[in-house]
Amino acid sequence: MTETNLFPKDLTRSETTPPLRHEPEAPENTPTNPVRGWGRFALICVPYFWLLLFFFIPFLIVAKISLSQAAIAIPPYLPLMDWSKGVMGLWEVAKSWSLDNYIWLKEDALYWQAYTSSLKIAFLSTVLTLLVGFPIAYGMARAPRAWHTTLVMMVILPFWTSFLIRVYAWIGILKTDGLLNQALLFTGVINEPLIILNTSTAVYVGIVYSYLPFMVLPLYSSLEKLDTTLIEAAEDLGCPPWKTFWRVTVPLAMPGMIAGCFLVFIPALGEFVIPDLLGGSSTLMIGKTLWIEFFSNRDWPVASAVAIVLLGLLIVPIMMFQRHETRRNEGDM
Amino acid sequence: MPAKPSWFNLTSLVLGFSFLYLPIVILIVFSFNESRLVTVWAGFSTKWYTALLHNQQLLEAAWVTIKVGAISATLATILGTLAALVLARQGRFLGRTLFSGMIYAPLVMPEVILGLSLLLLFVAIDQNRGVWTIIIAHTTFSMCYVAVVVQSRLSGFDRSLEEAAMDLGCPPVRTFFRITLPQIFPGVAAGWMLAFTLSLDDLVIASFNSGPGSTTLPMKIYSQVRLGVTPEINAICTLLVLLVTLGVIIASILTKRQKLKRIEEERLAAAHL
Amino acid sequence: MARKPLGPIRRTFLPWDDPGEQPFIEFRNITKRFGSFVAVNDLSLKIYEREFHALLGGSGCGKTTLMRLLAGFEQPTSGQIFLEGNDLAGVPPYKRPINMMFQSYALFPHMNVEKNIAFGLEMDGLSGKEIRSRTHEMLSLVKLEGFRKRKPHQLSGGQRQRVALARSLAKRPKVLLLDEPLAALDKKLREETQLELINLQEQLRLTFLIVTHDQEEAMTVADRISVMDKGSILQNATPGEIYEQPNSRFVAEFIGDINVLDGQITRKHREDVQLFSSVLGGHLSVRYPTSADVGDHAALAIRPEKMRISFEKPEDQSTNAIQGEVWDIAYMGDVSIYHIKVAETETLRAIVANTTRLVERPISWDDQVWLSWDSDAGIILTR
Repeated sequence: MTETNLFPKDLTRSETTPPLRHEPEAPENTPTNPVRGWGRFALICVPYFWLLLFFFIPFLIVAKISLSQAAIAIPPYLPLMDWSKGVMGLWEVAKSWSLDNYIWLKEDALYWQAYTSSLKIAFLSTVLTLLVGFPIAYGMARAPRAWHTTLVMMVILPFWTSFLIRVYAWIGILKTDGLLNQALLFTGVINEPLIILNTSTAVYVGIVYSYLPFMVLPLYSSLEKLDTTLIEAAEDLGCPPWKTFWRVTVPLAMPGMIAGCFLVFIPALGEFVIPDLLGGSSTLMIGKTLWIEFFSNRDWPVASAVAIVLLGLLIVPIMMFQRHETRRNEGDM
Repeated sequence: MPAKPSWFNLTSLVLGFSFLYLPIVILIVFSFNESRLVTVWAGFSTKWYTALLHNQQLLEAAWVTIKVGAISATLATILGTLAALVLARQGRFLGRTLFSGMIYAPLVMPEVILGLSLLLLFVAIDQNRGVWTIIIAHTTFSMCYVAVVVQSRLSGFDRSLEEAAMDLGCPPVRTFFRITLPQIFPGVAAGWMLAFTLSLDDLVIASFNSGPGSTTLPMKIYSQVRLGVTPEINAICTLLVLLVTLGVIIASILTKRQKLKRIEEERLAAAHL
Repeated sequence: MARKPLGPIRRTFLPWDDPGEQPFIEFRNITKRFGSFVAVNDLSLKIYEREFHALLGGSGCGKTTLMRLLAGFEQPTSGQIFLEGNDLAGVPPYKRPINMMFQSYALFPHMNVEKNIAFGLEMDGLSGKEIRSRTHEMLSLVKLEGFRKRKPHQLSGGQRQRVALARSLAKRPKVLLLDEPLAALDKKLREETQLELINLQEQLRLTFLIVTHDQEEAMTVADRISVMDKGSILQNATPGEIYEQPNSRFVAEFIGDINVLDGQITRKHREDVQLFSSVLGGHLSVRYPTSADVGDHAALAIRPEKMRISFEKPEDQSTNAIQGEVWDIAYMGDVSIYHIKVAETETLRAIVANTTRLVERPISWDDQVWLSWDSDAGIILTR
């Protein structure tokens, strides 16, 4: 990659030609920053342009293609820009833009259902993850000090191992002739095997399982900071334990709880692998819809429109999350 | 915190960690199953691992994955470290808000959107898809993770060390390599490992940006999983899980040892004034 | 001023009194702003070769900013800095022949003592042999020969301080900057190190600039002290002058303890000034050159150790004497501090050396005593 080679070369150049002594030069104002001039410029530009080129511009292209028509061609959409026409071409392009794809999304009940069921699944599984994660985080925070590092390590470890593999592992368990049904039939809890795989239940299990570390870690860091003398003080003042939990522990764990919920909800909304592998054809989720539009139907403009709408859905929670995080870091709540 | 864990806490820990680890343990156990059926135990066998060695396609995919992972992790580490330096050190500049937005957004952006948007870029510039397009895609999203990890390391770093080096005649670039980099190295190394595992793990972005001859392991696993669960997939998954687990455990043991050694030496220095 | 400088003069080194002497370092109308905060405000200062100069002031007074401007870590908003007559504008820190000892010491944690000291020499591109001999020389200078291979975290606080000193001296800089160099040491070690610093400076014949908030430290080590407040230098003079002839109430009160009595000048004949204090309801005589004139408001300031206490009124009519009641006594061992209430709203302090073990009739609480001082013991402050 040529971009990376630019870095040392450009910085070295700036370093060999510093402003000479006695040179009457207006001092520039970059407080406590010794890297100035070309060095600073190159340092900022290399990662900046990489992200602009490979992250920002692609979004503009998605937005642009979402406004164009599908075509049976390679690439499968009508060209939007005719560069040869210059500025006038730009105007013609703007005239040819249409909201057809968005109207299509609105009119076809399938997409509407996909969005609502994505929201529902993401929301419910966030709640479920919180319910499963809270006792774990609480148990970790209350465990003997010496265990803490190991316990945190044990929560992080699954995060490092492959997502795909962890989802795959559940197929063998949840199948009709899978291990869960075998165990339940064997113990006599049920007589007929349960059908779990390829239903939304399996998707919930998959999301809770995959995103559990994201919930447990912020919760744990909130609960771990919680001073036990506060609980003792509450009990000393005559508050029964269950009430102390609601009146003292839960409010103080709130920042971690909110952070954890965002960390589960946001990625779950656009999830593809879990609904695809565990949810089967009956579960509609927007990430999967996008995939199908793109790979199976080869309707790139509609896929782009689906992406733009999904992005629109995500912008609010993402901004809320970022505000929460800055407040959490600044106020150290 | 009380020293004696209550029954409730102990139970929730045991149940919680069983939930986290049982599926992986089952997966590993059944990779040694004699039978082709993954759900019925029929005796111990390592034949699926031998079969792996003869599966040319899988081996090829594994090679592509490791290549993509190593190159993109290295690029992402370089770019991410630069980005972290910009965020932590360069103060205000034109477009800083956009820059930090572009660093944090990919962390929560759905993979389908990242994959699709990059693919459309490659199509727009008429770039044939292959190994390099996957590398670029992986570099782009994992550099953001590296930037966040390195930045947190930088914020705990004593600025006067850099100033001291420059004061002693060391120009900025040399100061970075002689002083800053050795100090933030644990963060940079952790960033590389994270970027490597993210790349190793990724199915969605790779699927969008791959071309003929650039099938990665997750893509291969995915296409086989869709056909059904086999012990052979269990075996390759087991290998991947063990690889990553070993890496993480070794890294954490090394850092822990170093920390203990340092504490001991500091104690000695204080005692012997 | 016609007066001879008072107080202890360590040696006859007074380049600042010689109009022909060129300054080694010169700050010319330096202003430094951080956003709306003015850290240094239109400040000018000349420092001479081989001078040990101290910047003294409380936190936020701009002393550290001034030092960082000289080191090159900050750029002045306006004004110029000269070293040996050369403008330093645009010269990056790594090209300035100035080295700094940091408050945190800033020892490179991943390098051992030897490597830390050799770092600057390596940057100069010296040969390996030369680096070794210079490093060895520095190690013996700070008496750390046995610690060559230790890493910073394996050293005690005092040892780290000496490594930092050796490292900043290894390059034989033209100027050594010391940023609160002894702040992290305990009192006894600090006092020892102050003397070591003085010896080192005389031995190496270098120009030292120290930043400190500790007035005793500044008095002990420096040839001249600049007392700073709110980004400006209030007074730049020798320790003796700063102590005996402070030019303002801020300087007088910042350095040591002082009694201040507000009043109005009623008579003035050359240096003989008479001041009326409404609190005491009487006249006080002072012998001090001042620009203030009859009718001006001014203050009489006098150090507690220049006051005497007695049961009888002193006979000499030229001394000032006022009556008061012993309010409090602080026994410090070597001296005792007497708080004498001389008026309803005014308590003055007098320090008396405990010269004998036993006193026939000790002054005690509630005693009526006379507080007296010579007319040339006090000074007139007009701001």
